[in-house]
Amino acid sequence: MAGASHTRNWHRSSAEMWGLGYNAALVATGAGLLGAAAGITGTFLVLRKRALVSDAIAHATLPGIALAFLVMVAFGGEGRSLAGLLFGSALSAWLGLLCVGWLTHATRLSEDAAIGAVLSVFFGFGILLLTVIQSLNVGRQAGLETFLLGSTAGMLYSDALTIAVGGGLATLAALVLRRPMLTAAFDPGYAVATGLDVRRVDLAMMGLIMAVTVIGIKIVGLVLIVAMVILPPVTARFWSNRVDRVVLIAGVMGGLTGLLGALISASAPNLPTGPIIVLTGSAGFFVSLMIAPRRGVLAALLARHRYQRRVHLRQGLLALAHGHPVYERFTLRLLSRAGLANPDGTATDKGRAAAARALLDESRWQILRADPAQEIAASHYDGLRPIETVLTPDQIAQIDTRLAPRPLT
Amino acid sequence: MQLGLAAQDGRIVASDDGLTAPLAVRGLTVTYGEKPALFALDATFDAGAMTAIIGPNGAGKSTLLKAVLGMVTPVSGTVHAYGQPVREVLDRIAYVPQRATVDWDFPTRVIDVVLMGMARELGLLRRVRQDHRDRAMACLVRVGMEHFAERQIGQLSGGQQQRVFLARALAQGADLYLLDEPFAGVDAATEKAIVAVLKSLRDAGRTVVVVHHDLATVSTYFERALLINTTRVAEGPVATVLTPETLQATYGGRLAHAQLAQILG
Repeated sequence: MAGASHTRNWHRSSAEMWGLGYNAALVATGAGLLGAAAGITGTFLVLRKRALVSDAIAHATLPGIALAFLVMVAFGGEGRSLAGLLFGSALSAWLGLLCVGWLTHATRLSEDAAIGAVLSVFFGFGILLLTVIQSLNVGRQAGLETFLLGSTAGMLYSDALTIAVGGGLATLAALVLRRPMLTAAFDPGYAVATGLDVRRVDLAMMGLIMAVTVIGIKIVGLVLIVAMVILPPVTARFWSNRVDRVVLIAGVMGGLTGLLGALISASAPNLPTGPIIVLTGSAGFFVSLMIAPRRGVLAALLARHRYQRRVHLRQGLLALAHGHPVYERFTLRLLSRAGLANPDGTATDKGRAAAARALLDESRWQILRADPAQEIAASHYDGLRPIETVLTPDQIAQIDTRLAPRPLT
Repeated sequence: MQLGLAAQDGRIVASDDGLTAPLAVRGLTVTYGEKPALFALDATFDAGAMTAIIGPNGAGKSTLLKAVLGMVTPVSGTVHAYGQPVREVLDRIAYVPQRATVDWDFPTRVIDVVLMGMARELGLLRRVRQDHRDRAMACLVRVGMEHFAERQIGQLSGGQQQRVFLARALAQGADLYLLDEPFAGVDAATEKAIVAVLKSLRDAGRTVVVVHHDLATVSTYFERALLINTTRVAEGPVATVLTPETLQATYGGRLAHAQLAQILG
C-alpha cells in the first residue's frame, strides 16, 4: 500500500510540474491514450464502411451498466465498482452487436435499419432501467447518468491505467489484424476467395471497437464516443492516399484531440470534457475538410477554377484561329488579360501565333485519334494536353507529314 | 460431352472420374431464392488449358466462380480442386473479381494491391521486405503497369485497374486462375495484354478459367468452352462445342442468325 501511495505521490508531483492539477493531468493523459486507440481502431471500421455500428455498440452499453449496478447492489455492494459496470456494459454491447449481425444476415433488414433498431431498443431499455433504479433508492446510484455524457470529475489513477492498458491492447490487436481487416474492407469478395473468414474478421474488428467504447464511455460518454471513433479516420483520409499513413495520422489526430480537448475543458470551471473533446476533433475535421491538398474543398474549387480557365482559353484560341468571333465574355476577358486578344475580340499578333499553335496541336491530335494503331497515345486526349507531352518529336514529325498543307495567315 | 446419370433421388450425378483435375464441379446447385442460379451443374477444367465459361446474362456464370470459391454456399454438389475439397487448396487458386465489387476510393496504392496477393505468405506479422516488393514489381511488369506502382488505385482507368488485379493474382503464384469478365469495359490494349499473360500461364501448365461475354473472340482466345444456362449445355474443345445448336440452346432466341454466322465464321 505504501508503494502504491508512493507511486501516486510521484505522479502527483510530476503532474504539478506541468502546471496542471493532478486530476487534469490524469484526464488529459487518459483522454489522449483513448483518442489514439479509438482513432487507430476506428480507421479500420470506417474503411469497412461500418462507422455507424460503433454508435449501436455505444448505445447498447447502457442496459448493461444499469443491470450490472442492480446485480452488484443485490449482492450487497454499493454498485459503484467501475470494473463491474464496465463488464456489464461490455456484455450488453456484445449482445447488441450480435443482434445487428443476426438481423442483417437472417432477415431482409439492411444493416442501417438493423443498427437503428438495435440502437434505439437497447438505449430505450437502458433509460427505463435508470429510471427504475432512481425510484428504488438503493446503493450509491448518483453518477450512473454520467455514463451518458461522460464525467471526469472523480477520475482515479486506476481509471487512467485501465484506459492505457485497454487502449494499448486494442491498438496492438488492430495492428496484428491489419492485413485481414484491410483486405476485407477493400475487396470482400477477394478476401473470401483467398480463404479469409470475413465474418470472423468483422467480428474481431467490432470487438476492438467495443473494447475502445467500453473503456471510453467513462470520460466521453456513450452518446458521444462514436465521434472519437469516426472523426480521426475521416480527418486523416484528407491527408493521405496510403492506408498505413491514414492509420498513423488517425492515431496521432485522435491522441491530440483527446489531449487538447481535456486540457481545454480543464482550463475553465464547468466545461464538460466529452463535448469539448468532440468539438476539438470536429475543429480538426473542418480545417482538414477545407484546406487539405487535393481532397479538400478549397483544393477542389481551385482545381475546378483553374481547369475552367484552361478550357476557356483553349476554346477562345481555337475560335480565333478559325476567325470566329468570341461570344463568351469570360473567354474574351481571359484572352485580353493574357494579351492574346483586343477588347473588340480581334486577335493580337501574340494571339494569332498562339491560336495557330493551338490549331496545329488540335489538328495533330485529330490525325492521331483517327489512327487505330495509336489507341493508347490517343487515349490521353482531353482537349487541353499538348501533344508534345505524349509523343516524341519523331512521332510528331511523322504525323505532320499527313497534315494537309494549310495556309498560315 | 459427358452426360450425367439420373440418380434415384432425382438429383443428377456424374461419375466420379476427373476428380483429380485442377477443378471438378459435380452436381452443383446454387439458389438465391426459389429459382436456382445453377442447377445440378457438372464441369471439369483441365490443366494447361484456357477455358471460357459462356452463357447469357443471369446464366449463373459468376455464380459458378463464387460457389467454387466458397463465396456463396451451394444447396448441393461438390467442388474439388486437384483432388481435394476446394477449401483445402484455396492457396493454389487465384481469383480476379469483377471490377465493380471494389471500393475505388480506398486509400491504397497499386503496389499495395499487388502485395495483397502475398497475404498468405506474409501472414499476420511478417514485414514486407524488399524481396516481396521486387516480386510485386515483377508482376506489374508482366501486365505492363510498372510505371503506376505509386498511384492510388482510383486514379487508374478501368483497363489499368483490371491489369492490377491480374498482377495481384500473379503475385499469389497460384496454379488455377479464375477470372470474372476480365475484358468487360476495358480498352483493346488491356485486352491484348491480359490475353498474353493468360496464354503464358497456360503455356506454363497452369489452368485458366474465364467468364467471358464476347462470343466473337472465344475461338481466338480459348481452347475449351463451357456453355451454361443454369444447367450445363455443352463442354469441350471450342471447335466442337461452338455449334449453332449449342449456342441456340444456350442463348435461346436472343442470338440472331446473323450473329451466329459471325461467331461461327
